[in-house]
Amino acid sequence: MTEQPQVPPAEFQSYYGRPILKVSRWQEPHLPLYLFLGELSGAMAMVGAAAHASGRAPLARTARLAAAASAYAGSAVLAAELGRPERFLHMLRVAKPTSPMSVGTWILTAHSGLASAAAASEVTGRLRWLGAVAGAATAVTGPAVAAYPAVLLANTAVPAWHEAYRELPLLFVGGAMTAAGAAGLAASAFSSDRADFDAARKLAVIGAAVESVAGYSLETRPQLSAEPYRTGSGGKTLTMARYLTLSGGVVALAARRSRLAALMSAALLTGGGLAAKFGVLRAGKASAADPKYVVASQRPDSNGAAMSQAAVNGAAGSAAAVHGADAPT
Amino acid sequence: MTSHSLYGPLADVSGDAGYPEEHPARVGFFTDTSVCIGCKACEVACKEWNGLPDTQDVLALTGMSYDNTRELGSNSWRHVAFVEQDVIREIADGDGSATRWLMASDVCKHCTHAACLDVCPTGALVRTEFGTVIVQPDVCNGCAYCVSACPFGVIDRREDDGRAWKCTMCYDRLAGGLEPACAKACPTDSIQFGPLDELRDTAQARVEHLHATGHPEARLYGEDPDDGIGGAGAFFLLLDAPEVYGLPPDPVVTTRDLPRMWRWAGVAAGVLAAGVAVAFTGRK
Repeated sequence: MTEQPQVPPAEFQSYYGRPILKVSRWQEPHLPLYLFLGELSGAMAMVGAAAHASGRAPLARTARLAAAASAYAGSAVLAAELGRPERFLHMLRVAKPTSPMSVGTWILTAHSGLASAAAASEVTGRLRWLGAVAGAATAVTGPAVAAYPAVLLANTAVPAWHEAYRELPLLFVGGAMTAAGAAGLAASAFSSDRADFDAARKLAVIGAAVESVAGYSLETRPQLSAEPYRTGSGGKTLTMARYLTLSGGVVALAARRSRLAALMSAALLTGGGLAAKFGVLRAGKASAADPKYVVASQRPDSNGAAMSQAAVNGAAGSAAAVHGADAPT
Repeated sequence: MTSHSLYGPLADVSGDAGYPEEHPARVGFFTDTSVCIGCKACEVACKEWNGLPDTQDVLALTGMSYDNTRELGSNSWRHVAFVEQDVIREIADGDGSATRWLMASDVCKHCTHAACLDVCPTGALVRTEFGTVIVQPDVCNGCAYCVSACPFGVIDRREDDGRAWKCTMCYDRLAGGLEPACAKACPTDSIQFGPLDELRDTAQARVEHLHATGHPEARLYGEDPDDGIGGAGAFFLLLDAPEVYGLPPDPVVTTRDLPRMWRWAGVAAGVLAAGVAVAFTGRK
């Protein structure tokens, strides 16, 4: 897709400009907040396991408590977003591999259970071996909790989400690392343990790099559905997220000794990660609200960027365009 | 589960869902928009039979020709679209401008591969023995995943009630051996109900007749089992491009790409594990 189509920007046909799709009912701040808390919990559980394995007991304790707390907070936000919150447990009636929300619910349930066991053992000092096993198991559920929401969003008819199924998971795991790195920086800023601080710094810098690269490729995909990530409210929010994350990463890189710099980096990275989630929700809604994104993704001759005039003008007179080869993804 | 259960043609959709062999034949709608007169009897009959609440601003005028229903939704399970087009027509004294008025009654497509059903995390959405797709109101917890998954923008959540609602193809009437209310009320047989196989034959004959009598623009929409949703249980004869009626031109069930999506999520999970490992190696 290096060549630009040799046609002027096309007028898309539509029914009075009305949306073809329903705009998502998922709301702010619930969904973005859940995405953030989920990835934070996933990454913190892994930090807890890594810290335990490398003999950093205080960090392991903090990370395990944070992993359990954010898992519960995330679940609460999810339940609050349901049309019938009292039916939250209906999620556990079935296990459906075709539903990423069902798969995710089971992953989150397992993860919260294990994270709570690890945290409870840390707090009470009882059954330490069981806490260690549960904590180690969260190193497996953690990445799943952080990455599955990308499939949740992508497995929809929403063009900006569906067509971004490669980039979204990387954006989310990048965010997981910046969120956990930021939490680690904030927690270790006042500790005397340089090793904890250095590990958190490294994680923050790696996360900022992954999140920024994924965000950039999300916006520069050849499909028209990349546009809502650059324009409108979603675009503005994601640009802000980019600046916050990049500056947070740079400050983390520079923050060798300064507590103030560490705290500043933590704030910037947390803000960037949160803003990115709001931006993704907004871009998805924008792509569902404008029928041109749906038409562009489904017209094989639209070349993913602009429909040919022939397809637009000829539609009334020709039946040929109705069932072309499928185009999306 | 068969090898086609996520995508592609599926001969026996109820059988695939686990119904025993003696289940009823798959039924559907063939909506022939070339004979629709825009009377909205289907909308009224549907509202009456299913006891659907008013749309919030039921008396508001949209300026969209005679369409004040706007769209399918949780409280509108049939929606008649009105399209006014300026066209050049041959008339006795030469060419003249004229208005072409397209009317089409839209409805849930009851897809062979229904994304709403695939993504529903509670099992509230189910396939019936008739091959249709319905929501069980006593199970739905209002997660709204189906709302974003439907490639036609059909199903929606009722905000005062918190649950998702859509056309049931009058499941209660089907169970009693009756045809759905909209088809019963349609005065021109624009909405035809019956076994899907028979409807496909009827529709094919109709589109061939229209082509032979000077209407090359007639085309079927949603009848092809090889399309992105495995063929619709409710399909249409249209006189213009689908998007003119507010329909997606070539919808694909999102679940087709699910394996690919999980693979990329797996790659990302690996990146996360590697990132944490790198951060925690080195000097302690």
